[in-house]
Amino acid sequence: MLAFAIRRLLQSVLVMLAVGFIAFSLFNFTGDPVALMLPPEATQADRDEVRKSLGLDEPSYVQFAIFVKNGLQGNFGISLRLGRPVSQLLIERLPATLELAMTAALLGLLIGIPMGIFTALKRDSWTSKVFLTGSLIGVSLPNFLIGIFLILIFAVWLGWLPSFGRGDVTQIGYWSTGFLTQSGLKALVLPAITLGFYPVTLIMRLVRAEMLEVLRTDYIKFARARGLTNHAVHFGHALKNTLVPVITITGLQLGGLIAFAIITETVFQWPGMGLLFIQAVQFADIPVMAAYLCLIGFIFVSINLMVDMLYYVVDPRLRVDRATLGGH
Amino acid sequence: MNFASPFKSGSQRRLIKMLASVCALSLAVMAFGAEAKTLRWASKGDVFTMDPHSQNNGLTNDMSDHIYEPLVTRGKTMAVEAALATAWTQINPTTMRFKLRENVVFHDGAAFTADDVVFSIGRALEKTSDFSAYMQGIKGARKIDALTVDIITDGPTPTLLDQLTEVRLMNKAWALKFKAQRPQDYKNKEETYTARHANGTGPFALKAREPDVKTVLVANPRWWGKLDPSITEVVYTPIKSDATRIAALISGEIDLVLDPPVQDLSKLKENKAIKILEGNENRTIFLNVDQGRNELLYGTKGKNPFKDLRVRQAMLLAIDVNAINKTVMRGLSLPTMSLIAPQIRGYTKDIEQRPAPDLVKAKKLMVAAGLANGFDVTFDCPNDRYINDIQICTAIAGMLAKIDIRAKLNAMPVTLYLPKLQKGDTSMYLLGWGVPTFDALYTLQSILRTHTNGSDGNWNFSGYSNPKVDAIIEKLKTETDFSKRAELTREALLIDQADVGHIPLHHQVIPWAMRSNITVVHRADNRMHAKWAIIGGV
Repeated sequence: MLAFAIRRLLQSVLVMLAVGFIAFSLFNFTGDPVALMLPPEATQADRDEVRKSLGLDEPSYVQFAIFVKNGLQGNFGISLRLGRPVSQLLIERLPATLELAMTAALLGLLIGIPMGIFTALKRDSWTSKVFLTGSLIGVSLPNFLIGIFLILIFAVWLGWLPSFGRGDVTQIGYWSTGFLTQSGLKALVLPAITLGFYPVTLIMRLVRAEMLEVLRTDYIKFARARGLTNHAVHFGHALKNTLVPVITITGLQLGGLIAFAIITETVFQWPGMGLLFIQAVQFADIPVMAAYLCLIGFIFVSINLMVDMLYYVVDPRLRVDRATLGGH
Repeated sequence: MNFASPFKSGSQRRLIKMLASVCALSLAVMAFGAEAKTLRWASKGDVFTMDPHSQNNGLTNDMSDHIYEPLVTRGKTMAVEAALATAWTQINPTTMRFKLRENVVFHDGAAFTADDVVFSIGRALEKTSDFSAYMQGIKGARKIDALTVDIITDGPTPTLLDQLTEVRLMNKAWALKFKAQRPQDYKNKEETYTARHANGTGPFALKAREPDVKTVLVANPRWWGKLDPSITEVVYTPIKSDATRIAALISGEIDLVLDPPVQDLSKLKENKAIKILEGNENRTIFLNVDQGRNELLYGTKGKNPFKDLRVRQAMLLAIDVNAINKTVMRGLSLPTMSLIAPQIRGYTKDIEQRPAPDLVKAKKLMVAAGLANGFDVTFDCPNDRYINDIQICTAIAGMLAKIDIRAKLNAMPVTLYLPKLQKGDTSMYLLGWGVPTFDALYTLQSILRTHTNGSDGNWNFSGYSNPKVDAIIEKLKTETDFSKRAELTREALLIDQADVGHIPLHHQVIPWAMRSNITVVHRADNRMHAKWAIIGGV
């Protein structure tokens, strides 16, 4: 177990380094932040000096090495756009993104699972067909379009919900939450639905496919033969066995939700990390971009690591395989 | 709301009930917006900082103008007016004496004195200040008495007052207390206190600053000027997405949008709850080509065709600025032949004579230049800098194709575009030039003058060089007589026109969209001033 964990951990570190390095080599294409930092009248000498003081004159691999060295000490530099330490900015923005992503994931589970069960059990009903067609739209419509439609309907036409921002937030230590105020909750509705659209459709289709698979298995036939009620068969036996992959996928999806929140956050001016990143790209704010990409990489890697570990615990087959491999 | 102590007595319970109903009532009132005292405005990006000397950026200066004040400021028509100085006289060619306004206090209650002026001028002169453009020629300030200050210059500085309108004054003791004697330095890993805190003398005081979320200002009751009573609070919100920003305006969550997308204007005009205010910005969009090098960096190899005056004349005749105005800008531009906007000192009507578009004549000029088959060139164009910039470039490429100049479009964001231009790494480019000093020298020196060092020709990426123009610019640097300055400016611009050194396209027109109950002044520098805004009425 320990050897497996250490091996996984080392792989994760390698992945993180690769993410960081690729990010740094791409920064050459986002342009020169100095162009926006200095007034038009600045001379070439001034520009060169600023570039040098920021370390931008170094080749990207040297910049990367410096970044890793400082990053290990918890220092991600200072944002060129806002003039504040990057770590502080990310900590400030993290709650907004996490609250949005969690709510969207919860929506995915609470709406996706019942819809999946329904469409699996009542395969030929008219409602199922509507759900399935609807889910196709959900999968194929781009996020920002859903967001703009929702704004048009609920903010412009009906005037029920705000079109942008996070409402009033309450500060609890480092965490700023929008859950405790009415305006905060109202502001959460549209972005959460927008971001939750995809997980809802994904989970619904997943549950449906798994349910159909399980309903064909022998033990369900036996259960029916024993004369158990439909309810007990469907929810007591079938559903339980479909949930394992659903939970795995939802876990992995959470990383995706945090990362894909960029678009939703931009449409709704949601002050999370994604919006911070988009603005950093426009300004070529390299310290913020680097730290954000590494953080997202870290979130993905840790979720994967946890899932791997859980599999190891849950699935005895993995343990056997690894043991024989390790034993040569 | 969180009431910490339990309320037991009846009167307290009644009080809570009353408070609750007051809250409910005020919420209801806010929802209808009838009694709103808050002016909520928005645009795409956020203000960079609250520090008045750290970032020379239009929106940032706009916000600074609400909180901080300069010695002299610009009024509704851009004329220089008294602000924290009430009178000024030139006592010798290098010294201007300012009498300061009495009984002015900063938001924290400290009195405003000459020490604050001396400190602030020194701070704007610091290396980390972004206001070097406005400090050109200024050596420093000297205190004469508590309410008299001398500003010392290197030599005669005809645009001193114009420059000082952008140099805002801080409280010395406050800045020193929070270790903000210098504007933010990028080498410094710490955030300067002044980036998110402010203490000025202006009509509004900073209440809350959340970068990228909102900036809240409250009316300053001790301001020396007069504020319309309809406004007690100003909230600025950056909303990045165009669609969301306009949706927020239509739904009434925002009162004023500084940068409505051009394509949404006709729809907005149909909406009775919204009005559009159009104003001319003092920014001129122009086209230029590499006329210095012997061979183009990006284009057909061999002799540089742009060095031939006839080719540049042909381009001028091929580009139809009125067509660009009609189709690309949807009427929102002032087609022009002038490199300076009408608001700028030195502008005269007779520099506006543009030859009518004439493709036959243009083609003849190309043939005469020995370029009957035309040539290729790469046309660099920004795609996030000016209104419809990339569409303008596309239209121009189409027009030039008719005289066989095959311009290949190379569009990029401003973060890539400006560094490329600043290296001189271009053969053809589009630029927009605004004049914060409202004096033509700013344009002539940066754009027209032969590129040498300092500000001379620092934005002249075309290699344009005419000794006669250079000589005029040198005279303008020290000429203090305004009618002579206007004459010199006109002369320089006419020489440039004869050379076709630049191809001006239009002056930008900036529309603001707002709720119809809002009244504001649209100034040529595109800055919204809440001190002139009125809510209600109509």
